[in-house]
This record gives sequence, structure tokens and C-alpha cells, in this order.
Amino acid sequence: MIQVFKDVNIDWLANRRIFIAISILLMLFGLGSAVFRQWKHPNGSEAFNMGVDFKGGTVVTVKFKQRPSAEAIRDALFATGAKDAIIQPVTDKPDTVLIKLPLEGAGEGSQTQVDMGRGRVKNGLDKFGAEHDAYEIIGTDAVGAVAGAQLRNKAIATTLAALVGILMYIAFRFEWTYGAAAVIAVFHDVLVTLGFFSIFQWEVSLTVIAALLTLVGFSVNDTIVVFDRIRENRRLHRRESLYKITNDSINQTLSRTIITSGLVFLSVLSMVLFGGEVLRGFSLALLIGVTFGTYSSIAIASPIMVWWEQRLELANRSAAVATNRDNQRPSSSAKRTSATTETRKQSSGAGRA
Amino acid sequence: MKKKNLLQRTIIIAIVTLLGFYVVIGPRHRPTLHDFTWSGIKTTLASNIHLGLDLKGGTHLVMRVKTDEVLKNLTLADAIAIEKAAKDKGLPVKEVRPETSAGNYRITVEATDPSKLAEIQEAAKQKLGGDLSIWNSSISGNTIVWTLPPSAQSTLAEQATEQAQRIIESRLDAVGVAEPLVQRHGSQASHQILVQMPGIQDPERVKQLLKAESKLELVHVVSPPSPQSVQTYSTEEEAKASLGGTVPPNRRVLPYAERNEPTAGGQPATDEAQKQKKWVVVESPAVVDGSELRSANAVQAQGGGDSYQIAFALKPNGAQKFGSWTGANINEYMGVVLNDEVKSVAYIKSQINDQGEISGRFTKQSADDLALTLRSGALPAPIEYQEERTVGPSLGADSIRSGVRASLFGLIFVVVFMLFYYRGAGVNAVVALMLNMILMLAGLIIFSATLTLPGIAGIILTIGMAVDSNVLIFERIREELRTGKTIPSAVEQGFARAFVTIIDTHVTTIISSLFLFVFGTGPLRGFAVTLVLGLLINLFSAVYVSRTIFMWELSRKRKLESLSI
Repeated sequence: MIQVFKDVNIDWLANRRIFIAISILLMLFGLGSAVFRQWKHPNGSEAFNMGVDFKGGTVVTVKFKQRPSAEAIRDALFATGAKDAIIQPVTDKPDTVLIKLPLEGAGEGSQTQVDMGRGRVKNGLDKFGAEHDAYEIIGTDAVGAVAGAQLRNKAIATTLAALVGILMYIAFRFEWTYGAAAVIAVFHDVLVTLGFFSIFQWEVSLTVIAALLTLVGFSVNDTIVVFDRIRENRRLHRRESLYKITNDSINQTLSRTIITSGLVFLSVLSMVLFGGEVLRGFSLALLIGVTFGTYSSIAIASPIMVWWEQRLELANRSAAVATNRDNQRPSSSAKRTSATTETRKQSSGAGRA
Repeated sequence: MKKKNLLQRTIIIAIVTLLGFYVVIGPRHRPTLHDFTWSGIKTTLASNIHLGLDLKGGTHLVMRVKTDEVLKNLTLADAIAIEKAAKDKGLPVKEVRPETSAGNYRITVEATDPSKLAEIQEAAKQKLGGDLSIWNSSISGNTIVWTLPPSAQSTLAEQATEQAQRIIESRLDAVGVAEPLVQRHGSQASHQILVQMPGIQDPERVKQLLKAESKLELVHVVSPPSPQSVQTYSTEEEAKASLGGTVPPNRRVLPYAERNEPTAGGQPATDEAQKQKKWVVVESPAVVDGSELRSANAVQAQGGGDSYQIAFALKPNGAQKFGSWTGANINEYMGVVLNDEVKSVAYIKSQINDQGEISGRFTKQSADDLALTLRSGALPAPIEYQEERTVGPSLGADSIRSGVRASLFGLIFVVVFMLFYYRGAGVNAVVALMLNMILMLAGLIIFSATLTLPGIAGIILTIGMAVDSNVLIFERIREELRTGKTIPSAVEQGFARAFVTIIDTHVTTIISSLFLFVFGTGPLRGFAVTLVLGLLINLFSAVYVSRTIFMWELSRKRKLESLSI
């Protein structure tokens, strides 16, 4: 029997400050990049390199028999009035280029954009020979300003709604604190991934949003596996501290965490390597997301949950002391509440086991 | 008892597997020998799975119906009608003011004598009948204000969108686009229509066709009658000046592209010459409009050659109107107006009943297209394109290839690892994984869901996530074994304990995928579908099937010393 992690005993929570510091630093990097780019526009960049899906504009995919230089294409397009064309070669296909035209004007301009983009590119490229002969337009994406804004708002709303849905589910299955901790961790993963997209100016398209939502699901998965174990261990070892139980649970599930994340990582990696240009943004977002999703369930979700639960317990205890003093009653309300939660967990757990 | 249970499970799994196989690679016709060869299986697979536009190639268009134009036109038309109603009854009206700012449609009628307001209101009601009942009217001071309430606005906008959708459908049908999909897009209030046309690579012509307003009107041109030549103006200002500077509600100033007769040498007129515009003043409203059309066809012009014109015929109602009007207006000039541009002007020689023609310099295709859009009826409002995506077949095929390649490599990585790490149990997991793949394809076919490129990504991701359930179970069994449990009870406990976690993890992922499905569009929905399907099937394959395989292994020997895990 091959075993990667046998009887690991790492005190994860002891390093919680370092973990959280690293995460905050990463998020600050991403935020810094976004803010800096939005204000200063170095090389004309913005906070995010938004794709046509969100910004509007036209992307035409052209396959050439004999690919002219990017300059030649740009000049040919300039002659027909497509002024700010961006010519982007496709990495794994030397004969194919993406021609990107920004959105012209606002409001009614969006109309011309969607109607004209393809025709304009075609007119420009006819300089190199007739279509189907010298070149071929194999794909177009043209999105007007209105549709772009619509898609963007929808994407943000969808991600937030999914997070709320997950929060509700975990709160229902575990406790509010667990749900909140898991959602904070997932939010962190999304922010870190977006930070990477801002720093490296990878294009944010609709598929990247799909990747972010997948990442939300995946990262919560990972967190739940750990939380599930904590819930189980709390039932089995009543006298242990939450701190120790959490550490033990992370260690017990560690080999599963590493294997699963490794496998998902490998399948996503094969998407990055073999999935082609269209899926690149999607697979890159997942690659980063899977890495940080795994990290955050150990390094972010668990410490936050422990901290929160401990604070609640402290608050309960001091409240109990206060009531004791006031009413001179022997039974402490803290004990009572903790006892009832214990029984509740126990009975619901017993039903499932 | 245990044996019987095992047998039952085996039968269920066998039936599901066979059904899955049949749905995926079974031909939908009487099977021939060819269907069992590799290429045969490939063709059946291709015809069974419904590919999205991004894989199959085609055009995806999102358009918005500019419904505010409908409301604007209605307000203007009703304002004219109200004024006319009052004047017909000899009621004094100082001013009729239509207002059409966004979301606010109002007609204000100011009377010189406030005591006559009720009578004006009554006259308008008589003249317009039901048309006016959707307006709210109120009298204050010396004005009556008709306002269009928001509910009526949205009803009218909704009707216009539905009508536009029907017209688009009939145009697509007439032009012969194969298997088009026309449906509403986005929220109800966004008045968007989505059109998907598989196989259409260069949508320019179809786009023009769909967009063509094709508003045909036959109008009375304001001019001294024949034999004097028709009254035209060389600029718009000049035409307006003839009306005293402002255009009254019952007149319109329209451009008139005069038809250039071929020159003596038979040279066709140049484009420049054709663009030379004149202006004419016409009466409003039109005598008849496009809604009265019965048929429209492209026919060769009398001169023959490459010049075409449109011959049209009117419906009985329109023909009657047109007949009585032409009968009463012999020698007057009549204009054919297409999309607010006068195409031809001719004097009326005799009563015309139902035939007419639109001459102009049409090529065969432009005449055909125009006739087609005329037949399908005028769009109730202009449309604008908001999104256009085209995928050529080569790009689609490329996407399929890279998608399949990425899935295969992902699958190989996972299979090799599982076999290496878990040995005997790894085989178990691999069987479950393969079954998952097959059932997922079967599910896509059964629900006739569309497989898109993000959908393929969903499949790849499912490979990774599906195996997670097996990992969870196997790790748990190993743990139980380490605590010294017997093999059967370790397996039992392992499944029971891991099951709770599996349910929780699946539900959360399904929650986020559902949001993607509900809010997402097009290809993204495909992703959500494969992911949800994969996860649901995973509960069967990774839990039920894996468990059965373990049970089968345990039942083979009376006393099991070791478990390969």
C-alpha cells in the first residue's frame, strides 16, 4: 500500500498568522495592480483586460494561407478605417491571428460596431487577396456596449448569488460560523485569482466567469471535507479542544486533499496544455483557483472558523458569568447552550451515520 | 440475503450500463453491420449528440427590438387623429402637443375655449374608438392630457417584440436557413431576440434581411396634377419652405431618389448619379400601407437585362381603399414609399385596384430579398444587433479536437494515478469513472442538451471531481483498516462515513452550477449542464457501483485476508 501522508501531525493553526498574512499580501498585490492600472493606464492597460464579452467590440479570427506580418495587417486595416486594431497571433497556430477592434463611440455607436466589425476587417484584408483564397474568416465575436454591460452585471450577480446560496447551505448543514468561514475563504480564492488576471493582464471573458463559479464549488468542496471531519471528531472527542480537533481533522484528511487536488490540477493542466486558445482563460483561472482553493480550506477557512467559534464561546461564557452574578443561579446558561448544541449535532449526526 | 442483494445490484447496474451504451452509440434506425465499425460508431455518435454552435459552426445573433419607436409612432399618430377629430367637429383647438421622451408618452391638447374640452374628448373617443381606451385622460384648466400608463406601454412593447419575432421566423424560413432557433433572450423587459443559425458562416445577407424594415406605403404626392410634371424640391429646406417653414402633422417631406433612365448609349447610370436626391411633399397618413399587401415578387423590368423591379398585389380590403382613392384622384401623382424614401412617382391614368409595382434599380438578389421581406410584413419597430458571434466549421472542428484531446489526457492522468496508487481498488474507481462518462453522454442525449466547448471543459472537470468521491471513500477505508477493523466492516464504515461528506460536497457544487445555468447564456449553460449531470451520475457510479464491486470482491472468499487498496 502506497501512502503519501501517514500519521502526519502538523500544527497548522499555529501558523495561521503567517497564512493569513500571505493571503492578505497576495490580495493586496492583485488589488494594487488593479488600482494602479485603472488610474495610470501603463501601456494603455486597465484594471482588467476585459474581453469583448464585457467591454464590447469585435474580435475576428482569421486564418491565412501565408500570414502577413502584424504591421502589414494593421496597415491594411488602418486604410479601411479600422484605426485601433490589435493583431494577436494565436500561440499554437502560426497561420491564425485574432484581430481585435475596440468599441467605437457609445450609445448608437454600439450599433455600428456590431454591424460593421466583420465587414471592415474583410475590406481591409481583401488587400492580401480574395477571401477563401488568401485568407478565411473562421470566427467573429461582436458585442455591443449594452450587451457587454448586461453580460458583466449578470456575471457579477451570478457569482454573488452562488456564494449566498452556498453560505445558506453550509449554515443549514453546519453552523453559521462554518458557512461564513467557508464563504470568506472562497471569496479570497476568487479575489486572488482575479488578482492574477489583473497582474498578468490575461483576458477576462465569459468562460473565465464560468471558471470562477466552478472554483467556488470546488473550493467549498475542499473546505467541507475538512469541516465534515471536524464535526465528526467533535462528536467523538468531546473533551478535546476545538484547536486540536481542527488540526487533527486537517491532518486526517490531508492525503485526500492532496490526491484530489492533485488530480483536478492534472486534468486542468491538460486543459491548459491541450485545450486550445478558446479555453485558455478558463483553464488558467481554474489552475490558479484549484491551487488556492486547496490552500484556503486549510489556511483560511479553518483558522477563521476556530477563531469565530472561540470568540462565541468566550462571549457566551462571560454572558453566563454576568447572569450568574445577577441572578445568583447555580446553572450557567453557557453550559446549557453548549449542551443543547451538542445534543442537536449529535442527534442530527446519528441520523446520518 | 446478502447474495440476493448483490444480485439485485448487479442487475440494476447491468441494465443502466446497457441502456447508457445504447443511448450513446445505438443508431436510431435499424442497425446494420456498418454501425458496429469504428466509423459507424463515430457517425451515430455525431448524430446522437446535439452539438452547440461553437462546435458545429454557425451564427449567433442577439438583437433588440426598439420598442420605444412603436410607442413614439403611436403617440404621434394618435395626436394627429385627435386633432383631426376635433377639427372635423369644428371644435376650436389651439395646440396639440405630443411628448415622447423616454418612458413618458403624452398628448396635450390645449383648447381656446375650456368649456369645449369635454366635447373634444368625446370627439376623439368617437374617432379613435378602442385605440384611445389604453390612454389615461385628464382635464385641467384649458388642457386635456392623454398619458400612456406604464402597463399599456409594456403591453404594446411586448406585442411588438412578439410580432417582430414572428416576422423574423418567417423571414428565416423564406430565405431557407436550415434549423434556425429563434427565441426570446434575457429578461422580458429587455425585448431581445436570440437567433441561432447553424451552418451560416457569413451572416451579412441574413442580417440585412432580418433587419430590413420594409415599410411600404402608397402615398398621395402634393403636386399640381398631370400633365404638369410632379413638384419636386432640390433640398429639404426648400420643401419645408413650401409648407411655410414647419411640417404640419398631415404632411411629410421625404427624399426621392429619382430613377435614372439608362442613357442613350445603354450605359447604366453610375452610383453617383443615382444618389442624386430630390425631395417631395406627401400627404400623411398613407393611402394604404404594407400591412395590406397580399403578395410581392421580383420581376424583370421592362427594359430586360439585369434590372429588376417588384410587382405587388393588395389584399381585398386594401384594394378597395386603393381603388376608390385612385378612382377619385385621376391625374394626381401617387408615390411608392419604401422605408421613408420615395422610390417612384407616377400619375394616375385610371382607377387601379390591387396591382402595383416598385421600380428602382434592383439587382436580382436585392429584388428577391426585398420581395421576401415585403411578404413577411414590416417589422413593427426597427431592430438593432447587440451581439454577433460566428464560428466557422474549421474553428468548430478544431475546438472539438482540442477538447477531446484535453479530455483524453486528463482521463489518462487520472486513470494511471488511480491504478498506481490504489491498485485493486483503483480498477474499481476506473470502472466507475468510465461508467460515469458513458452515462453523462447518455444524459446529454436524453435531455437533448447541447454540448458546447465549455461543456467539454465541464466533462474534463467532472473527471477530476468524480474521482474525488472514490478518493474520499478509499482513504476512509484505509483509515478504518488502520484502526484494526475487519475488512468487511472497514468497507462498510468507509462508505457510510464518506457518504455524508460526498453529499455535502456535491450539493454545494450543484448549487453554484445551478446559478450558472439559470443566469448564464449559451455556451455557459452547456458547462453547467455537463457539470451537474456529471455530479448526479457520480452519486450512482462512485457510490453505488463502487460499493457493489467491493461487495462482490468480499463475497468471493469466505475469509478475506487482504484488500488491495
